[in-house]
Amino acid sequence: MENSRIEEQKDHKKLPRWVIIAAFAILLGFLALMGWGLRNAQQGPVQVGQKVPPFQLTSFDGETIKTEELQGKVIVVNFWASWCKPCEQEAAELEEAWQFYKDSGEVVFLGVDYVDTETEARGYLEKFDISYPNGPDLRTAISQIFKISGVPETYIIDRNGKLAARKIGPFISVSEITSMIDSALNQ
Amino acid sequence: MIENNTTLFQKRRLFIFFILFSLFFLGSPNLVFAQNDFPTDDQVNAIAKELYCPVCENIPLDVCPTQACAQWRALIKEKMIAGWTKAEIKQYFVDQYGDRVLAQPPARGLNLLVYILPPLVFVGGMVLVYSNLKKIKKVPEKIVQNPNIDDEKYLKEMEEALKVMNKKEDLS
Repeated sequence: MENSRIEEQKDHKKLPRWVIIAAFAILLGFLALMGWGLRNAQQGPVQVGQKVPPFQLTSFDGETIKTEELQGKVIVVNFWASWCKPCEQEAAELEEAWQFYKDSGEVVFLGVDYVDTETEARGYLEKFDISYPNGPDLRTAISQIFKISGVPETYIIDRNGKLAARKIGPFISVSEITSMIDSALNQ
Repeated sequence: MIENNTTLFQKRRLFIFFILFSLFFLGSPNLVFAQNDFPTDDQVNAIAKELYCPVCENIPLDVCPTQACAQWRALIKEKMIAGWTKAEIKQYFVDQYGDRVLAQPPARGLNLLVYILPPLVFVGGMVLVYSNLKKIKKVPEKIVQNPNIDDEKYLKEMEEALKVMNKKEDLS
């Protein structure tokens, strides 16, 4: 009886402690990674009042604009694409608003072309006579910062680099754009 | 006989005509051929298949019906005409729209987990199954080979317990 128990114990060889620890560490690491990914995925867009992380846009003309260098100015970031029909609804209004603020030097408009083809994007800018800086969202880096859910979306950043207003979908009128910018300017 | 001669003559004439016709075209210094339809839609789709639509959920570019995807397929065609290789076109798409456009994620950073974890888990599972199967096989051998196992005592106890249970059932 004793002998059989000893034999059974010999068969049930325990794994080395380091293997068990390593297995648990891998499992925990994997779970932490999944949790982190889930948290990131569930995080909504940048909220009004939150600081917007700095980013840079290289325009179709090759000019690089860094938001860090635009402190003290109100920045209007508009996400669009040539394949987006609702974007066309607000294109003329945005240009009109830009023309209104251009000379003040207090407001900067940035057009971020979201996953698009350059030829069509240039055609779109030409069609709507858009003159403010526009550039591609390379590797979707900018849209990931704002966690956009689609196009068009517009974000207005105040003089302190905080998000002042957000518009999901196209603007209906120029006054809608100007009222949002004005309230950001007056903050 | 005469009929045979005429058909033979006709065949010979046709043959000579064919030779002259071929020589005329082959010898011509300014040959003009029909333009090759390059790249064909199949060739474009062969690359598009390995890329995913950046704005739609899990739809390969070759079967994506949106206007945006049609633009991207046209872009692939444009690049192919310009002489770009498949790798260059794929890299261009990655640079523009990020890694998510690739059907196969690149083996770097967190993506490495996709390549490392499944084989690791598979091998681990195999080892576990093998070791358990080995144990199952060993158990019956052990019982038969071990002469010191004293089952009698337990068997007697069991039989007595059964007897008691039967008696209780009979009484009820």
